[in-house]
Amino acid sequence: MSPSHENTCRVRPGGEGIRLLPGNRFFYLNGFFSVIILLFILLPLLRMVTQPSLTDLLATIRDPEVLASLWLSIYTAGAAAFLSLLFGTPLAYLLARHEFIGKKLVESIIDLPIMIPHPVVGIALLSLAGRNHWLGKVMASLGVTIMGSVTGIIAVMTFVGLPFYINSAKAGFEGVPVRFERVARSLGAGPASAFFRVTVPLSWRHLLCGVILCAARAVSEFGAVVIVAYHPMIAPVLMFERFTAYGLKYSQPVAVWLILACLGLFLLMRLVARPMRRVP
Amino acid sequence: MIAVENLSVVWPEFQLREISLHIERGEFFALLGPTGAGKTVVLESIAGLVRPTSGSIRVAGRDVTRLAPELRNIGIVYQDYALFPHLTVLENIRFGLRYVPPTDRPAPSWLDGLIDLLDLQRILHRLPLNLSGGEKQRASLARALAVQPTVLLLDEPLAALDPRFRDEIRHTLKQLHEQFDITLLMVTHDFDEARYLAGRIGVLCNGRLEQVGPAAEVFQRPATPFVAGFVGMKNIFPGRRCDDRLEFAGLSCPLPGEVVGNPDHVALRPEDIVLRHQASFAAPMVTCHGTIERIVPAGFWHECTVRCDAARFSAVLSRRAMVEGGFQEGDMVFLGFEPAALHAF
Repeated sequence: MSPSHENTCRVRPGGEGIRLLPGNRFFYLNGFFSVIILLFILLPLLRMVTQPSLTDLLATIRDPEVLASLWLSIYTAGAAAFLSLLFGTPLAYLLARHEFIGKKLVESIIDLPIMIPHPVVGIALLSLAGRNHWLGKVMASLGVTIMGSVTGIIAVMTFVGLPFYINSAKAGFEGVPVRFERVARSLGAGPASAFFRVTVPLSWRHLLCGVILCAARAVSEFGAVVIVAYHPMIAPVLMFERFTAYGLKYSQPVAVWLILACLGLFLLMRLVARPMRRVP
Repeated sequence: MIAVENLSVVWPEFQLREISLHIERGEFFALLGPTGAGKTVVLESIAGLVRPTSGSIRVAGRDVTRLAPELRNIGIVYQDYALFPHLTVLENIRFGLRYVPPTDRPAPSWLDGLIDLLDLQRILHRLPLNLSGGEKQRASLARALAVQPTVLLLDEPLAALDPRFRDEIRHTLKQLHEQFDITLLMVTHDFDEARYLAGRIGVLCNGRLEQVGPAAEVFQRPATPFVAGFVGMKNIFPGRRCDDRLEFAGLSCPLPGEVVGNPDHVALRPEDIVLRHQASFAAPMVTCHGTIERIVPAGFWHECTVRCDAARFSAVLSRRAMVEGGFQEGDMVFLGFEPAALHAF
């Protein structure tokens, strides 16, 4: 996941196709570099996916530990995406619609989780939730633990996934002309009504895209999770454990299943988004 | 119906200064001005979409200055139609109905009448994306009228339309004003449009209201050089009154009837100027001698710039007059006009 994710989600204006003018050597140069970069992404993955034998794969998926970790990975990432949607949408909307002093600062703060090293995220969250901080004490008295808990995993994943959701949602809201909301207001709709009847239907693709990106980022998180919660084990942590304990051969099948599961889920989400007749 | 008092909107890059405007019930009022004059800001202030810095706005006797837009019952139609792209025309038209209390909701037959009047029957179930400009504007009008606003604000309703749709919508607007009991406030930069549609006109320039009055009066007796230029008086000269004569551009002519006080500007419409090769003008005509500097064909007309000793005049000649007179650039000509055509202010 790169921070320049906005481009990955643009709604295409229509299939223009590649039409080449004669003598365009620059195009072939671009093509050459593109092929190299695609190979760089695909080759290691292909190699990894094809290396384990089918029997290995089948044996792995019957392993309850693997199944549990895969399921944990997926639902914690889903929970993180849902939390981002719930809490990130208002902020994205505020940022898209209002100018205020310190807006640039707020935007930088949102991007912070992208750049800080992942273990730092885990350490930071732990230090806030630990027994030495009043917040940690309040949480402990309420029975909420971060260390070694599903709550902790979701907290970490939300932390690292939020920027992707907020930036995507913000871009979506910015793409809806304020004028539409103004007209809705003049027709009697309150601000919330205008938001849900006009702004959301016109930007839902961006919101969905943000949810997918956020979930994808969350599912791939390792460095922060491993500090906050080694157990219960999410799939990346399980892979890491098997890699250090038994070597490459035993970690690969888990990775393949994680990739397949995520690929399937994301494809499903895109397909769900598809058949809507109303393209903004 | 609408009473705007000392309305000011101050933004870093723009100022609207102390606008006061009174619009009667059932009136069709046009706010005229060039791009950037602040016309849309006035509209949006009335609609509640812009927060005024100071001043007050009353609509139908109610102070709405601090009221949320959705509580004002004021419709607004934008030049880019702003139809909701994810809704069909019918869904657009019905958008606001759910906010109207059930007892006040228009009868289905009334709504059908509106749809028929605006000729939307055939396109009710289509998305705005595939509509022509005229269809979009009619749909947008229907959407605004469906909730039966007390006032309808029109932001350059004809500006974005092709000429053939422009006439159609212009006619539709006139029809709507005649058939519905509604107060219309239109913003435009086109004087002809305003004169055709509106009873009264206000001219706005740089955030200041320069003149308000009946359309014919603004056209014939503009109050400031800016308004004069805006209503097509292309020839505006500094001038002064000397007893019973008017002096401007090196000429001295009898006072036109209406002059009061001491004007400092004299204006003349280009279409009131006659060009001839000989000085054969009859008595009351004022004449001077000059050279044609430039001839620019503009549709059915030709615009001639004539350089006299002290000033440049702009004259408009029909194509026929051009051919009969045989005027060419560089010709020495005599220029004449009736003193009554002068407007001093």
